[in-house]
Amino acid sequence: MGSITLEHVHKSFGGHPVIPDASLQIEDGEFVVFVGPSGCGKSTLLRLIAGLEDTTSGIIRLDGEDVTDQGPASRGLAMVFQSYALYPHMTVRQNIGFPLKMANTDKATAERKVADAARVLNLTDYLDRKPRELSGGQRQRVAIGRAIVRQPKAFLFDEPLSNLDAALRVNMRIEITELHQQLKTTMVYVTHDQVEAMTMADKIVVLNAGRIEQVGSPMELYRNPANKFVAGFIGSPRMNFLEGPAADKYRAATIGVRPEHMRISRESGEWAGRVGVAEHLGSDTFFHIHVDGAGMQTVRTEGEKDFAPGDPVWLSPDPSHIYRFDQSGLALR
Amino acid sequence: MARQVSTRRKLAFTALAWIVALILFFPILWTILTSFKTEQEAIASPPMIIPSWTIENYIEVQIRSDYFRHFFNSVWISVGSTLIALLIAIPSAWAMAFTPTPRTKDVLMWMLSTKMMPAVGVLVPMYLIFRDTGALDTVWGLTIVLTLINLPIVIWMLYTYFREIPVDILEAARMDGAILWKELVYVLVPMAVPGIASTLLLNVILAWNEAFWTINLTASKAAPLTAFISSFSSPQGLFWAKLSAASTLAIAPILVLGWLSQKQLVRGLTFGAVK
Repeated sequence: MGSITLEHVHKSFGGHPVIPDASLQIEDGEFVVFVGPSGCGKSTLLRLIAGLEDTTSGIIRLDGEDVTDQGPASRGLAMVFQSYALYPHMTVRQNIGFPLKMANTDKATAERKVADAARVLNLTDYLDRKPRELSGGQRQRVAIGRAIVRQPKAFLFDEPLSNLDAALRVNMRIEITELHQQLKTTMVYVTHDQVEAMTMADKIVVLNAGRIEQVGSPMELYRNPANKFVAGFIGSPRMNFLEGPAADKYRAATIGVRPEHMRISRESGEWAGRVGVAEHLGSDTFFHIHVDGAGMQTVRTEGEKDFAPGDPVWLSPDPSHIYRFDQSGLALR
Repeated sequence: MARQVSTRRKLAFTALAWIVALILFFPILWTILTSFKTEQEAIASPPMIIPSWTIENYIEVQIRSDYFRHFFNSVWISVGSTLIALLIAIPSAWAMAFTPTPRTKDVLMWMLSTKMMPAVGVLVPMYLIFRDTGALDTVWGLTIVLTLINLPIVIWMLYTYFREIPVDILEAARMDGAILWKELVYVLVPMAVPGIASTLLLNVILAWNEAFWTINLTASKAAPLTAFISSFSSPQGLFWAKLSAASTLAIAPILVLGWLSQKQLVRGLTFGAVK
């Protein structure tokens, strides 16, 4: 079991509030992703759950039990750090076996569990190496191995993929997702990368300046963002925002149109502009259009389109996918 | 761009380095040479450079006072005080390096400031305390004093080493279920072994060479090698050759230790400075 409950958790560092007031329910077996820009408090929130930071006020429960005053060693959670944080003086075998040693597991059981974890993570051939003799991806696997051996109530991941190169990151993303499907253990995953959040999460928690902006499934957040911040953060390329007369027409302070819901045409449309930079991805092309009086807007088109920089074009939104926001940035429904 | 150094410059620098090294080493060399001279040769003017290689001084020194008793006193005091200092310093340095408070720097400076106080200023109170507690002329008494004297340096050195260890790794140990002492024993200490080793070496050397307290607080029973040397300088006037023999015997062990651990010591003293 591994449900996690935060009740009005508040955290400040030296009088400066980092998490003003966070309440959250994470169900057993869920894959929850904390996402937000750097400095939004997502790592702090994770460290509060881990017990590596003390809450200033509020209650943290694991499986209903109040663990607010318990240290990290007794909470029964496992964590994978951004820096991997492997023990440099121990071999891979000793690294993975360390939590079992701390739990006084008998030797035979420990050896079997380490061997099992190594097999799952393709580390069997590296068991007698030291961390410095491994590649980044292998180190990451050792860190995960160390987390899975003692069957924790929940896994906490603190930006685990940000030190890997792009190709490896995609692989590890899939591996972690598969691991979650196999183990069915609660996972809390912190990232600033909304693509990781969208692809991995059952539930996304969007944070901004220490506040939880919205909680929901990836598609819920994509379809119904609660406010301008979430709308801009979820989805890639990010949502276009238009203000002024363009928005007035839709009775909103700001309207948002995702690049995939923007039509581009040479003949006619709602807003006139000129083509700026074109980014060709093969399957898609992103055009950055300078719209008169509304700044730079992005359009996503399928396949190749032959608009040259400087060409006059027209943009128009897909009427069924226009997001409206009021003066304070809240979504109008 | 690699710097081009001409052969002549190299030669000049090498010669200079040898000269400086010789100047620094000369007193020790002279002591060793004198220890193999007769007393007449030792005070001869102009001085004689090549001794007559007599070992009479060493024999007499050993007859007059037991070298090995002093030697073992020195070993006990320096190793004992270093180990106790490490036991106290490792947790303190850990606390200050990984959970610093706004006052940590002040605490560190305050500790260091105790090293700036002239020792003679507290000689009388220390002597009285030692007399009244029966610590005078005991190995354990000296061990405590030397522990306290060197503790600031030990803490400072360890603090610098610990600061180089990523806190993530200690946090990982906590997440893996390590309680406090296990975190220190299984993770922090093994990772800091090079630093702890050079701290240990340096502190043994400092304690071995400490002369003020060891001479003032001992008479005969607990007297280490420092007191052994000084005992040759007083009663019947100065006997240079015997004094030199005693000094050579006293510095020989630490000289050998220093020579063997050169690498560790240099690394230890420059650690953090070149990163």
